[in-house]
Formats: sequence, C-alpha cells, structure tokens
Amino acid sequence: MDADRRPLSPRAATVLAYGLPLAFLAVFFASPLGTIVARGLAGDGAGPALAVLADPLTREVVWFTVWQAVASTALTLVVALPAAAVVGRYDFPGRSVVRAAVVVPFVLPTVVVALAFLAVLPERLERGWLPILIAHAFFNVAVVVRVVGTFWAGLDRRVSEAAATLGAGPGRRFREVTLPLLAPALAAAAAIVFLFSFTSFGVVLILGGPRYATIEAEIYNQAVRLFDLRAAAVLSLVQLGFVAAAVAATMRLEARLAVAGILRAERDVLRRPRTAGEMALVAGSVGGLAIFLGAPLAVLVERSLAVGGGHGLAAYRALTHPTSALLAAPWEAVANSLVYAVAATALALAVGGLAAFAVASPGGSRLLDGLLMLPLGASAVMLGFGIVISFDRPPFDFRAAPWIVPVAQALVAIPFVVRIVAPALRAIDQRQREAAALLGAPPGRVRREVDLPVVSRALAVAAGFAFAISLGEFGATVFLARPDRPTLPVAIFRFLGRPGELNAAQAYALAVILMAVTALSVFAVDRIRVRRGGWV
Amino acid sequence: MTKCHKLVCTALVAAAALALALATAACGGGEKPTEVVLLTHDSFALSDGVKQAFERESGLTWRILQAGDAGEVVTKALLTAGNPEGDVLFGVDNNLLARALEGDLFVPYESPGLASVDETWVLDPEHRVTPIDHGEVCLNYDKAWFAERGLAPPASLDDLTKPEYRKLLVVENPATSTPGLAFLLATVARYGEGGWQDYWRRLRANGVLVVDGWEEAYTVRFSGAAGSKGNRPIVVSYASSPPAEVIFRTPRPEEAPTGVVESSCFRQIEFAGILRGARNEEGARKLIDFLLSRRFQEDIPLQMFVFPVNREAKLPPEFERFAVVPPDPLTLAPEEIEANRERWVDEWTRIVVR
Repeated sequence: MDADRRPLSPRAATVLAYGLPLAFLAVFFASPLGTIVARGLAGDGAGPALAVLADPLTREVVWFTVWQAVASTALTLVVALPAAAVVGRYDFPGRSVVRAAVVVPFVLPTVVVALAFLAVLPERLERGWLPILIAHAFFNVAVVVRVVGTFWAGLDRRVSEAAATLGAGPGRRFREVTLPLLAPALAAAAAIVFLFSFTSFGVVLILGGPRYATIEAEIYNQAVRLFDLRAAAVLSLVQLGFVAAAVAATMRLEARLAVAGILRAERDVLRRPRTAGEMALVAGSVGGLAIFLGAPLAVLVERSLAVGGGHGLAAYRALTHPTSALLAAPWEAVANSLVYAVAATALALAVGGLAAFAVASPGGSRLLDGLLMLPLGASAVMLGFGIVISFDRPPFDFRAAPWIVPVAQALVAIPFVVRIVAPALRAIDQRQREAAALLGAPPGRVRREVDLPVVSRALAVAAGFAFAISLGEFGATVFLARPDRPTLPVAIFRFLGRPGELNAAQAYALAVILMAVTALSVFAVDRIRVRRGGWV
Repeated sequence: MTKCHKLVCTALVAAAALALALATAACGGGEKPTEVVLLTHDSFALSDGVKQAFERESGLTWRILQAGDAGEVVTKALLTAGNPEGDVLFGVDNNLLARALEGDLFVPYESPGLASVDETWVLDPEHRVTPIDHGEVCLNYDKAWFAERGLAPPASLDDLTKPEYRKLLVVENPATSTPGLAFLLATVARYGEGGWQDYWRRLRANGVLVVDGWEEAYTVRFSGAAGSKGNRPIVVSYASSPPAEVIFRTPRPEEAPTGVVESSCFRQIEFAGILRGARNEEGARKLIDFLLSRRFQEDIPLQMFVFPVNREAKLPPEFERFAVVPPDPLTLAPEEIEANRERWVDEWTRIVVR
C-alpha cells in the first residue's frame, strides 16, 4: 500500500484511540459526577464532611461493603471455575448453549432475583450475609465462565503437554503451567465481580434485611430519603476511592502477569472429553452449575404461569393489552430493549475497542484503562442526578433525549470491552507484528491482519457482554428512559410494584422473556464469532 | 509524539464529540410552546382516551416524564429548582410536601376546579400545590387465614401486640419504603411523641417481621396476596389493595379475599404543582385544571388505585363494592413530619433493627 494514501497515520490513530474514550469519559462521567459532588460539598468548609467520615455508622457500612465484596468474589470464583475449565478445555455437545445460558442471571433485575431466592432458599438461610454472597455468585458466574473460559480456550495445549512429557502430574501442571497463564484473565474477571459486588444495592437490601447496607445503598438513602447531599457526596468519594484502589491493584497485577505469545485458535485447543474421568468432570461441572443457576430461574418461570389457582399463559397473553402499569403496551418493551442494546453495544465496542488498542499497544498507558473502569464502581444514583443537573440548559438539555439511555448503558459496558479485549491484545506475540512490519505491512495493516483476527474472539465476547449489560441495566435506565419507551427491566419493575395476581404474573412473564431474549442474542453473537473468527 | 500534541488533539476530538452530540440533540426555539410536560413518579397511570381528551381540548401535546418513586422525583426537582425538566410536578405527598415547599419548587395557582374539592385535602393555603388524590396506608389482613383458625382479625393497632397475633405481622422498613414510613407515622400519630417507641418495642417482642420494601412484604411474605406462599396474614399495604386483589384475579371472586384494619390507616394525599421556571406556565394551569376535572378524577381509581379528591367524581363499581375509605384516618402535619422524620426513623432503627 502506498504510504501517502493510507487512511490514518499511526499518530492520528493513537490520538483517536486515546482521545475518543477520554472525551466520552469526560463528558458523560467525570463532568456530571464532579458537578453533583461539588454541589454536595459546597460551603461550610471541611468540618461537616469529616463528620460524615467519623460517624461510626459510616465505618460499619464501609467495612461490610469491603468484606462482602471480597467474599462474594471468592465464592463466585469457586462456583464458576469448574465450569470455566470445562468450557475452556473441552468441546462437548451443548457447549455453546452453556456459554449463552450463564449470561441469563447476569441480566435479570435484582429485585426479581432476590424474590426468586426467597422462594428457593431454606427459611434459615433467607436473611443475612450468606444469601447476599450466594446471590452475587449467581449474578456473576457469567463473568468468570466467559472471561476466563474464553481465555482458557485460547491457551496452547502443547505447553501443558510438554510439561506432562517432562513428568509433571495433573495437579502440578495446573499449578505451575495453566494457572500462571490464566492469571491475567482471572484478575480481570475477579476485578469485575468485585466491583459489581462492591456497588450492589437491591440484593443487599432485600436479602440482607434491614441490618445490612453497602456504601451505594447508604448514598441512595442520604441523597433521596434524607436529601443530605453532602453526606451522599462524601460517601460517593469514599466509594470512588476504594474502587480506584481496587482498579489500580488489578492493573499492577495484570501488568505483572501478562504473558505474550500464547494465544491459539480455539478449535486447535478444544477437544472432546475422552476418558470416563473427563466425561464425569464435564457432566459434573455443567450439571452442578445448571442446578445452581436453574433453581431460581425455574421459580420465575413457574410464577409467570401461576394464574387463577392453576397454571396457564394468561399473563403472556395479557402482555399485548394496555395496562395501568405502563404508558406503553408491555410487549413494546422487548423492542425498546433490543434497539437500545444494539446502540449501546455499537457505542461500547467503538469506544472500548479503541481504548483497548490504546492501552494494549507497547508503551500504552494503563491510566486510561484504569479510568475507564471507574464508572463500574461509581454511584449510579449520583451519576444519574449529575446528568440531570449538568445537561440542563439548551442546547445541552439532554435530560430527556432518547440517546442518553444507550450512552449511560455504554458507560457500564465499556470497561468490559477493555477488560476482555486488552488482555487478548497483550497476549499477541510482538514478534508476529514485527515480522509483518518487516515484510512491508504498514501499521494499519498490521493491526488489521495480525491483531484483529486474534482479538475478534475477544471482541465478540465483549459484544455479547455489552449487549447483555444493556438489556439488563436498570439503575441508570429507570432514571433516564422515557415512560413511553420502557425497557424490559423497567417494565418488570413497574408491574412488580402493583398489587394483584395478574400484575405479579406479568412481571415474571416479562422476566422470562428477558431471559429468552438474552440467551438467544448472546447465542447468536457467539455464532458470529465462531464463523468469522474460526479461521484464526 | 509529544505530550502537548496529544493534549491538543484530545481536546479537538472532545470538541468534535460535543458538536456531534449537539447536532443530534433536538432543541426548541423561542416560539409559543406546543407541549406541556408532566414530571411524575413510576406509579402514575392514565387511560389513553383521557390523555387524548386533554390534548384535544387544550391543543397541547401532553408529555409525561417518570423519574423513579416519589422521593426520587422530588429530589430531582429540588436539584433542578428554577430550571425544571417539566412544567407540572405530580406526586408530592404529605410526607414530602414540607421539603418541597421549603425548596421553593412551585408557583401558586388556585384552580377553579378546587370548588369541587373539600377543604380537608387542601394543605397549602397559598395554593402552591393542589390536591389531586388520596390513598390511605392501612394494615391488610388475609380473611381466609383468620376464618380457618377461628381467630378474629385485628381491630386496632393495640391488638397486634397481643399474644394471639404473635408472628403474624410483616411491615416495610420506614428507612427504605414509603408505606413503611407511613405506618411508622401512623404509630406516632396514634401513640404520640412519647409513646410510639414503647409500642414498637412490644411489636418487636411479639415477632414483627421487617422487610425492605412493599414488593417483598406484600407479594412474598403476606399470605393473602394471590399466588403468595407467605405465612404472615397481616401486612402494611393500602386501603385500595382489596379491590386490586379482586380485579386482577381470574375468575373474579365474589368477595375481596383481603380486608383492611380501618383504625390503622394513615392519610396520604398526593399533590400537583406548577414548577417555578416552567416553560409553559399557561399550559401548566390548564393541566392542573384537567387533573381536577371529572374526566381525569374518575380515571384515577382503576389506573393508580387511589381515590379522587373531586367530590363529584363517581367511583367505579369495583371500588364501591370492595374498597374501604377510612372515615377518620390518622394524620400528622407536614411540617411536623419534615422536622422529625429523620430522628424518628433513626430511633425506630435502633429500637426495632439493632
């Protein structure tokens, strides 16, 4: 290719890769959050703010938030790793179904899941910290199975096989070969699970009972119930501080752990389970996970059918009729959710993909990577209020603009894209790029023909996540979505807030539809990946 | 590449992104407004025909913005006071009224429709807010549960502390739930500033269950809700919950399966007001008039499950038959609620939860 006519100079590409994500973050995250926090802290000096920090209740809430997030992350890893191993090692019938199905719990509204848990858990386990941890594991299994499982499926089997030839047993091979290679993906998945558990809100209030509160729940309490914006602002900063520390620790860990030159195409790595032991491993892992995830989901299906003392489809049929719960026919929520999800996914892939290239390129800044993680751990309610008071003057009055919904959803999805794509990019052997350059390929072409094929797998996983996040996002969407364009979680929430059998059944029916839409769309995205990325 | 270079280009890209955002944002000019915007909570609902009737009569487009529960809507309105997102706010109740008035959210407007509204409902003599509906928070009980055991349903708040009603009551946390707060206020109104704490100590000793919100209390814990596997036959809900149990059940039962403990009810009135800085103040007045009109008032019960304040509005037959309008509910002045709410909830938390 003629150097003068290439579409984008490397310098311009770098600037774009840094600039667009930074601008997005500045306009839609830093500025609104900064505005609301500044409003909360204005006047009266530092005294009252310090008083919030000194309050023993604050310390109690912070301590609980931290330890439950750590414990939830550990439990999620324990529950999900066997399935991640099986998905990452073996090619078995139903593998793609498993990969799609684990995402279903991830998108369900927390209220619905909490109510389903109350129906499944034995009475002694209903309240307290243990059901909170179990519910967090339920939601986040998808993160570990998909992030770790996908990375695992790209690990060259020959390394482990070489160790076996040299006499290492299976335990030692796992400890000394597989685990170190998996470490970057494990760190990425654990970081995401930690942040989600750290900012958890609805689950904690319902399953924990009135004794337990996270920082996020306390921010909401201060801002909305007590209208103490100062306390809410101080707590938001505390929360952001912890999140930043967790993100920084993850960055350091990933930097230490990244190993280049190991990723292979999935179909060279996966093989059918051969021995009885391997088959038992696959069946046991998948079966165990199916029971753990399936029991609460089965409750939702049963509830959606329970009408008039028996079971039937009345609630589903009623979804086509107007209802007092919504200002639109309920089925329209399906279409709205899909439209928003497509827009949010496109936005998240564009911004997050660029950011991933920026941070993973040699000498790339990890700071950008870390900054993009922050929205995951920021207070949704404060960000929502921030958007309301920041974009309030024409021509910047975006408060009721329909596109603000996918923008807010993309903010949550972008860190996933970066987290999933960047480790894959870093794992590309730099020598491959150098070889391509040596053969005369300009940088753009190296990106296209060396990097892109290898990361297409990661990009597709990221797309699936972004789509699922958008489908399931509730905190910001309920705040910003227009009432005549409700999404599925918003519609579920509205039905659940009304007395009467049919309303409850319609809430659960919409939850079942959300489950189906999620599983089908993630399954479809996975198929695209297999066809387009299969030749890698 | 130099650092400076990077910064300049970053700024350029940021500017481009903003320009793009600008281009997509629809913005109105200075011409006469053709729409009126109602800012309200998630529970707002109306029939299609009623909305169209207003639009036909006024020649305006009626846009509705819902922004969370009543607390969230008022918080948003306070944050944007003077530059509101809408023209009219509907959904301030008597718990939040003093906070909203202190925040100087509204401009006064005395609607001619108030001629059909009893003085009882008008809490602001300056008419910065106009009463639209009322819905009482009351204890509901499961009729079948009590009939099967030959036990009389509770008749008063005092009954709940008796041994025969041990472990039968589920309430919502007043720190996180609107009906939960209303029930706490009911006990303050009934037993007074010096007595409610002791009442709650006795309730606690008698096994009251506290849950986070109405959804869990009513649909999961309360035995009287259709399809619920709950084992608590008494719950804090609304005076209008019994008709909802009839209307949304197939086939419709002859009698409401749940009842209301009338002496436990706490009055909730919902108000609408014209937001200071409204873009269409004239349209806002028309909307307030319409919210008080019979057309809208008669639509209220089956849409929002609360009662109209317009004395000329006819109740639907389901409400005539199954709903209870408690004649003399417990009340507290909005200023008293505002001055003490936080302290009461804190005290309650210490007594009942810790």
